[in-house]
Amino acid sequence: MGQIFPRNANLLARLSIFAGLLLATTLLLVTGVFFRSNAYRQINVAIEQPVPFSHQLHAGTLGVHCNYCHVSVEQSYFANIPAAETCMTCHSQIKTNSPKLALVRESYTSGEPILWQKVNRVPDFVYFNHSIHVNKGVGCSECHGRVDQMPVVWQPQAFFMGYCLNCHRNPENYVRPRDQIYQMDYVRPANQQELGAQLVAQYGIMPPEQLTNCWVCHR
Amino acid sequence: MQTQRPHALVRFIRYGWVPLLTLLLSACHFDMYNQPKIQTYEPSSFFADGRGSRPNVAGAVAVGKAQTDDYFATGLVDGVEGDRLPVELTRELLERGQAQYNIWCAVCHGEAGFGKSVIAQRGGIVPANFHQQRLREAPIGHLFNVMTVGVYRGDPAQGGYQSMYSYASRVSAEDRWAIAAYIRALQLSQNATPDDVPPDQRGNLGK
Repeated sequence: MGQIFPRNANLLARLSIFAGLLLATTLLLVTGVFFRSNAYRQINVAIEQPVPFSHQLHAGTLGVHCNYCHVSVEQSYFANIPAAETCMTCHSQIKTNSPKLALVRESYTSGEPILWQKVNRVPDFVYFNHSIHVNKGVGCSECHGRVDQMPVVWQPQAFFMGYCLNCHRNPENYVRPRDQIYQMDYVRPANQQELGAQLVAQYGIMPPEQLTNCWVCHR
Repeated sequence: MQTQRPHALVRFIRYGWVPLLTLLLSACHFDMYNQPKIQTYEPSSFFADGRGSRPNVAGAVAVGKAQTDDYFATGLVDGVEGDRLPVELTRELLERGQAQYNIWCAVCHGEAGFGKSVIAQRGGIVPANFHQQRLREAPIGHLFNVMTVGVYRGDPAQGGYQSMYSYASRVSAEDRWAIAAYIRALQLSQNATPDDVPPDQRGNLGK
């Protein structure tokens, strides 16, 4: 039987090793980039809700305080979704026949929950606590963006570990006075470094070497 | 002739990648990302109604929320509105009351308490003006009781409706008393003269 491959096929065979390695690495990188991409994580994508509630109208135009609906944010690790009773506090008298509110009225009378869609996600291995953040000078808009300008809410950035560490390493760059927590259009002052350092001391925020310990966020 | 064992590195390149790759591939799953535990508001197929967060059992009392002081919890003494503030009146209390008032009450009653606000302006509701004679003379227990049980316009049995809902499930009794005290302060503020301000604070007027 004669030779099937010519002599220079040896070179091709050797090159194919490198090409294979290159392909594997590229695939790995592309997969990595894809799973970290905003498209995959639905960042900046408005999530449709069963009730077309507009934060832009309620929090923005009407100026309803964040706490009015998200009562538990200062005492609890999670910021609650309001009960139908909270909606009905106003909507038993305002826009009482609106078809957009049919689900709310139904839920209020039957007690069946409305199936809201989750917008801001952290992995289950992250134990994020809202109360500690709002009580120690981290404002809502820091992570959630300008919710008062969102007709339908979206997550404005991916919550990667690096994102959290930005602040856990240098809290003085981000903390605000407690009376500014719910201020959606808060702009950090020119002397943020100075003010931040003072607030860090005043609020008793842990030093970065403790704040970046694994157990702070992972249990 | 004795066969030589291949070099360790060669052996590794030949077979070592198999377990390595297996380890790598088996690590690619989301079990840690989506753990079987039920988080707040997560659905669960375990319960018939599909809710992960369970409704309270009837009669359940949260830790520290046992109602031991009737007046503190209702603002009523034997069914009649009392006129005593059951907590100590301090500057901190009024400041807490102001912050809470601006969250819960100001949306309808307005920050100054005249019943004028963005929402009232749009029509549909007529919030009470705290500076009217009836409410200036009302005992503080009345303010607290209204926040606790709400207000009915007319008889519910005869087409009456609840014009203000109860805030008891949202605002703690401590905060409701703080708000009641702050409303009293608001009422005083509209009928005060410069002489009511302590001499050392008068310099702050008009600021």
